[in-house]
Amino acid sequence: MNAAQELGRRHRLQWWEALPWIASIACFFLFPTYLAFGTQVLITILFALSLDLVLGYAGIVTLGHAAFFGAGAYTVGMLAMHWGWSEPLSGLVAAALVAGAIGLASGLVLLRTHGLALLMLTLCTMALLEQAANMGAAWTGGFDGMPGLSFTKILGLFSFDVLYFRSQYLYALAVLFLCFVMVRMLVYSSFGQSLTGIRENLLRMHAVGAPVRTRQVLAYTVSAALAGVAGALFTQANGYANLAVLGLERSAGVMIVLILGGYGRLYGAFVGAVAYMVLEHVLAKAYPTAWQLGLGLTLVLVALYARGGVLGIFVSLRRRLVGSAR
Amino acid sequence: MDVSSLAGILLGGIAAGMVLFIVSVGLSVTMGLMGFVNLAHGAFAMLGGYAIVLSMKHWGLPFPAALAFGFIAVAAIAVVLEKTLYARLYRATELDQVLFTIGLIFVMIAAVTLGVGPETQTVVLPEWLRGQTDLGFISYRSYSLALILAGTALMLALWLGFERTRIGAQIRAAVDNRRMAQSMGVDVGRLFTLTFALGSGLAAVGGGLGAEILGLDPQYPFRYLAYFLIVVAVGGMGRVSGVFFAALLIGVLDFVLKIHFPKGGTMFIYALTLILLLARPQGLFGRKGA
Repeated sequence: MNAAQELGRRHRLQWWEALPWIASIACFFLFPTYLAFGTQVLITILFALSLDLVLGYAGIVTLGHAAFFGAGAYTVGMLAMHWGWSEPLSGLVAAALVAGAIGLASGLVLLRTHGLALLMLTLCTMALLEQAANMGAAWTGGFDGMPGLSFTKILGLFSFDVLYFRSQYLYALAVLFLCFVMVRMLVYSSFGQSLTGIRENLLRMHAVGAPVRTRQVLAYTVSAALAGVAGALFTQANGYANLAVLGLERSAGVMIVLILGGYGRLYGAFVGAVAYMVLEHVLAKAYPTAWQLGLGLTLVLVALYARGGVLGIFVSLRRRLVGSAR
Repeated sequence: MDVSSLAGILLGGIAAGMVLFIVSVGLSVTMGLMGFVNLAHGAFAMLGGYAIVLSMKHWGLPFPAALAFGFIAVAAIAVVLEKTLYARLYRATELDQVLFTIGLIFVMIAAVTLGVGPETQTVVLPEWLRGQTDLGFISYRSYSLALILAGTALMLALWLGFERTRIGAQIRAAVDNRRMAQSMGVDVGRLFTLTFALGSGLAAVGGGLGAEILGLDPQYPFRYLAYFLIVVAVGGMGRVSGVFFAALLIGVLDFVLKIHFPKGGTMFIYALTLILLLARPQGLFGRKGA
């Protein structure tokens, strides 16, 4: 098989790519009482997917991705609280624009650095936003956040369902699907290929004349906008936004989700979010210390032995099986 | 503002800065040597703090002996972890190192919560460190003055060790250019184990000494992670004197801002770090490309 065919094969839709969507729709009918939790999972998947674009494809290690999630969440919340702009779809667009603008502005200056400096800069950017949200209490609600926000009907048809989250679940699923299709097209475009090139060998990409910085900034901006959409969904679905949407905990959390699932694979976000959040849901409340211990050990083991995460293990197992059959 | 209150604020800030220095100096050297992003450094400080506080409480060790015990215990744990786990990840990507050390933080937090409990530990200072000392122009807390003395002494000792000994010269050479140092016959792996143990031991001492100021509970490693990293990033990796001045700067700034802007004082520190790192990604005292 030559390289062109190999690439073509990789980009084609595979049968199993329908599975996550079938499973999410099945969950809607199978677990009608767990849809509030399911909505949070879908939002986390979108957030992790946005991180995959920078971390998995462009190879930018960031500790501050929650900055964009928070920017989106606060944008929607503040629009609804101060200006009565509570139409959900345009809220998503506004959140994407604001988060994307922050991503573009910070990306332009931050991405000149790498290593520890970049880690610290992303962390500081996020901490700054967090402190700003904490201090500007008149606008952001400060430490208490903005409780009790309400939004108008989605498309003027489906009202937000406070009790069972039915409409929120389907809404989040639809938004996730649209964003996913976009990310998938982006990743398999020549732009996505050049991102992978930058991740794998920065010097060589410079040498072949690729506009490395521009592409990194662009990927960072798109990723920020998507994270903003995830944050906006969070505020709309739950009806509140508070400081917890920003912060190291959320940044580290989404990174863990993505890496457990497998980064640079698109579907790692799905596997990681479901596995992490279901385990957390079951364990964290009943045995918080055991959950921390288990999570810590898992992270150590993944870093040492299974760098591809769950999907990586799956792929290498499959390769081994197929390889032995040949 | 009169002179004595200004001096009081400065002394308080410097004392806090000394704690930051004692905890962070090891992180700076190990990061400079191997480029290893060790986010779990603060967890070693926490372990040390617990070892020191508990050995005083349960075994009745005097404060200095407890500090020594904390240093040795944590340095030993660090050597074991370095040989078995850290060594496998030297060539790994930054991401793997971040992931691994975050995992390690979780494990240590869980271990401490299981073994000791989630509540905050308090240090019972010995009689001779309590109360005030009269300096002539101002009377100040003896413990803060002792911290300043200890930090300065440590700085001098480390400076002498780095500038005047063979091992110090090897460490400086390896921080500047690891490959070159290796090809000149410096055993960088052994150096790293040594500095890692020393740095973790110092972090442990810092955890114990600073428990009075920073507090001590299982959330310690995450709460102060950003602070330790900021000190290292601002001071420049692998620069002992850089870390010293950065720690004092951050300590004093933080102390002053917390008094005058109790609500958003830390914002200025983040903003300053941001601007500084954009202008000088290698830190205030770091060398370009090192």
